[in-house]
Amino acid sequence: MDKRVRFKGWLLPILLIAPQVLISAVFFFYPAGQAIWQSLFIPDPFGLSARFVGLGNFEFLLSDPFYRASFLTTAIFSILVTLCSMVPALFLAAVADRLIKGSGVYRTLLIWPYAVAPAVAGVLWLFMFNTRVGVVSWYLGQLGYDWNHVLNGGEAMGLVVVASAWGRISYNFLFFFAALQAVPRSVIEAAAIDGARFWKRFFTIVLPLLSPTTFFLLVVNVVYAFFETFGVIHTITAGGPQQSTTILVYKVFSDGFVGQDLGSSSAQSVILLIVVGLLTVFQFKFIEKRVHY
Amino acid sequence: MAREVHGMIEKRGAGLWLTHLVMVTGVLIVFFPIWLAFVASTVTQPEIVSPPMPIWPGDQFWENYSRALFAGVNVPVGTMLINSLIMAIGIAVGKIIISLLSAFAIVYFRFPGRNMFFWMIFLTLMLPVEVRIVPTFEVVAGFGLLNSYSGLILPLIASATATFLFRQFFLTIPDELAEAARVDGARPMRFFIDIVVPMSRTNIAALFVILFIFGWNQYLWPLLITTDPEMNTIVMGIKQMFPSGDDVAEWPVIMATSILAMIPPVIIVVGMQRLFIRGLVDSEK
Repeated sequence: MDKRVRFKGWLLPILLIAPQVLISAVFFFYPAGQAIWQSLFIPDPFGLSARFVGLGNFEFLLSDPFYRASFLTTAIFSILVTLCSMVPALFLAAVADRLIKGSGVYRTLLIWPYAVAPAVAGVLWLFMFNTRVGVVSWYLGQLGYDWNHVLNGGEAMGLVVVASAWGRISYNFLFFFAALQAVPRSVIEAAAIDGARFWKRFFTIVLPLLSPTTFFLLVVNVVYAFFETFGVIHTITAGGPQQSTTILVYKVFSDGFVGQDLGSSSAQSVILLIVVGLLTVFQFKFIEKRVHY
Repeated sequence: MAREVHGMIEKRGAGLWLTHLVMVTGVLIVFFPIWLAFVASTVTQPEIVSPPMPIWPGDQFWENYSRALFAGVNVPVGTMLINSLIMAIGIAVGKIIISLLSAFAIVYFRFPGRNMFFWMIFLTLMLPVEVRIVPTFEVVAGFGLLNSYSGLILPLIASATATFLFRQFFLTIPDELAEAARVDGARPMRFFIDIVVPMSRTNIAALFVILFIFGWNQYLWPLLITTDPEMNTIVMGIKQMFPSGDDVAEWPVIMATSILAMIPPVIIVVGMQRLFIRGLVDSEK
């Protein structure tokens, strides 16, 4: 789609677009190019020179059990975060949708956690489950369960999942609630006259109508779990114990900055770049479809 | 009949109370972590380190908050708050300005390289800063921008969401307006300032809300480039308040800081709820 009416001249538009193009070039294209370039080299231990290894870094990565484990960890983590944030959100939205009055108040209260930064959410949950002072871990102890996410990988994973999913409940709630409000009343009334009860109506009629929203949220939440949960993991577990919560983005950071392994870190960036690309294409394909829907 | 059907869909009587009960329980569970943080920020350290901690606020509110704000652990939280504010506003305003300008150029002009620039900007949609951190860090370090506001802000402005949003919106502005401006002999920038920008003000406001929160909640980037505690932002600074060894963390101060870190974005999200939801829906689609 284009405008019929246009202004003349070419210098002015180039000046107008220049700031964005310059910033993108310097802080985006150059670093991304560097990542691709560096992924083909192994620097010597003193960082003075680098040896060209072609796809060697990639071969090494893909055969590295730690990297493969990190892929699996990321998959498990994103599936769990997506489920734990979407199911409660859908449930609350479905219940709030039954109210004629007052649903706005609940919406206002429920969007709070969205404003809380992932890193701050991490601190809040760490506080509740802290092995020394945490309230929840203390009560678990009273019940005879010895909570220790510092040593137990499964518990660590559970904690970062819950802390990451928490703020997303707000986000998903907003989208589900808006979608539910848009479901035509007449459809639901027809089902109600036919004698379908609430949850039956919900699963057979409402949920299928929500599928565009659900699908959209699935993609967005997976992207969130992949890339925006760094703060949660860094504050709660720092990837541990024994790398059990080291997701891919965290590994780029820990190998690149903590381990100073630039070649490997860059190769990981490139792999992530491909993953983002695929997810984006997927998302756009879907959005296109939804326009026709 | 209509009323009965209504009754079947929207709950009344006992069912209504049950529905409210479910919602209140949900809200309480979702709120619990924030409540606990608030309580912890109003009690003394000994009350916290001998669990279980109290469940109602204590009387140490002023002590803990003033200690956090004016003393902090490494640096006063007040300083971190100002840094965060500058960073968040810088990112929001910077992104809005460069996106308004480039979207205006793309929609209202034909010029050499237009398509190439368009695709260049489009590509930046795809790559979050987390993915290209090492080389971006090197670029920023090369410019000597470590521990500076420009270093905090500029790399996070390089993204195209806002440009696309404004492009979409500009395409809906009636052609007659541009035509009239042209006939009147108005220069393009007059048209931009007098017509386009005022017409976009709702979009600008909605985007500001989203971008402010995006900027405020940044963690990894400030963590990398602010080695000087004076430049820490509050969201990344909280983690720095934990002692590295076996010492016990100063929980009341840390929790007061956590509460302070969430107040500005919460005020914006709750206070500008309509704009926020609109911005959210716009920027995701």
